Amino acid sequence: MTIVENLRSLGHRIVNAVWRMGYASRFFMLILFYSGTSFRRFHLTIRELFSSGVMSLIIILVAGTFVGMVLGLQGYETLKRYGSESALGSLVALSLVRELGPVLAALLFASRAGSAMTAEIGLMKATEQISAMEMMAINPMARVVAPRFWAGVISMPLLSALFSAMGVFGGYVVGVVLIGVDEGSFWSQMQAGVDFQHDIVNGMIKSFVFGVAVTAIALFEGYDAPPTAEGVSGATTRTVVESSLTILFLDFILTAFMFQGE
Amino acid sequence: MSSQALVEIRDVNFAYDSRPILKGVNLTFPKGKVIAVMGGSGCGKTTLLQLIGGALKPSSGYVKVDGQVIHELDHKGLYHMRRRMGMLFQFGALFTDMSVYDNVAFQMREHTDLPEEIIRDLVLMKLHAVGLRGTHHLMPAELSGGMARRVALARTVALDPMLVMYDEPFAGLDPISLTVVGNLIRRLNDALGATSVVVTHDVQESLKIVDYIYFIADGVVVAEGTPAEISTSDKPFVHQFVHGEMDGPVPFHYPSSNYGQDLNLRPGR
Repeated sequence: MTIVENLRSLGHRIVNAVWRMGYASRFFMLILFYSGTSFRRFHLTIRELFSSGVMSLIIILVAGTFVGMVLGLQGYETLKRYGSESALGSLVALSLVRELGPVLAALLFASRAGSAMTAEIGLMKATEQISAMEMMAINPMARVVAPRFWAGVISMPLLSALFSAMGVFGGYVVGVVLIGVDEGSFWSQMQAGVDFQHDIVNGMIKSFVFGVAVTAIALFEGYDAPPTAEGVSGATTRTVVESSLTILFLDFILTAFMFQGE
Repeated sequence: MSSQALVEIRDVNFAYDSRPILKGVNLTFPKGKVIAVMGGSGCGKTTLLQLIGGALKPSSGYVKVDGQVIHELDHKGLYHMRRRMGMLFQFGALFTDMSVYDNVAFQMREHTDLPEEIIRDLVLMKLHAVGLRGTHHLMPAELSGGMARRVALARTVALDPMLVMYDEPFAGLDPISLTVVGNLIRRLNDALGATSVVVTHDVQESLKIVDYIYFIADGVVVAEGTPAEISTSDKPFVHQFVHGEMDGPVPFHYPSSNYGQDLNLRPGR
């Protein structure tokens, strides 16, 4: 009996998980389908760009600077052993542009803007604002969800670029200003080491994909949240956990495709 | 009466999964009237509003609004119909990220191409009608419960709907706000020439403002009549409900097993 019950419970969980994935895919398709409004009335998207993108600027800029400073310190320590301190600029920039910029900016974006989106939409649902909109014959997918989605997708690569830029600045401050690495070789090595197509464009593609994933997860969790305090808090947690794992998983897949056989 | 009916609900059954909520109810809401639908919590009153608004589909039977069967309408048709309806939610459901002004202007901006100057005049007129013109610059969080309900009422009637639905409009209001909201429901209905459906369990306030009352219990209509008929009714359910008696057809105790057994008392003790 216990085995049967366990099997039944396992089956129930699998069916639920598959059903939820189907529901999430349908939700994603509906976002794309109802995206017209986000571009026709672009001020709706700009408003969301402000709350998810501009409001995330401080955490992204500060975190980027610190990460760059740590890279400067750690990189210098390692490169010094091989007498290659002059390659510090290249190391800092490549680490940031290829990996740390897109990944860390996306993780921070998921915790700062993603969780806020989930909580906002979850609470809109709990306080019947979404139902009210539907009763006014206004499609909440077009009016509420899609503009937030596109705001997230647009702001993610920009935030990632700013994160990397501040990181380079942080690396410069530590490497050149504090430790005394030669300024000319810092910048020239960076210029020689970083390839626009191979590094910067690929980094941007990564952050675009992360933007799609994080925003879609945050919006889905908010829209699917049970309309209770506990439901919204659980959905917010799931957004951060699922987004973080998805970012790291996608990063591995994308890196494998982009930088294979080097 | 049927020819003048704005809303006709015929033999409607509805169940959530296998739990029946409505069991073959028939209601008629004539044009221009204020109708109350009453019953205890969880008796299916709000479900009825959702069926009229097309948010739910009946398992059998139909809901007809202005001659059209709601559940047979496609997405576009349903949205077209909803533009002619208004619904006041239990706690107002104001958009918390918008000011009072923007809340009332919301539908006008979404559904019409009116210039902003005209929208401004209309918004202020709607807010004036509910006595809150001076609050147009405030955010919903700065309003009291009664004020939020009145702003929501102004938003509900923003596009002069033919049918206005009220879901528990009196819940959680102080006596003054309660009378104000009650009077507004009646006055706005008459001024707009609309039809109003008020889902509530506030008997005394409803008796003052409505034209006709339906009582729902256990998924069926158990009584109906004008306020005068209802206040003098000797039907056990209506009597218990109107006078707020503790016991009656609606029992005080939730069904449970034998009390003595639950307390582990031996028979005979």
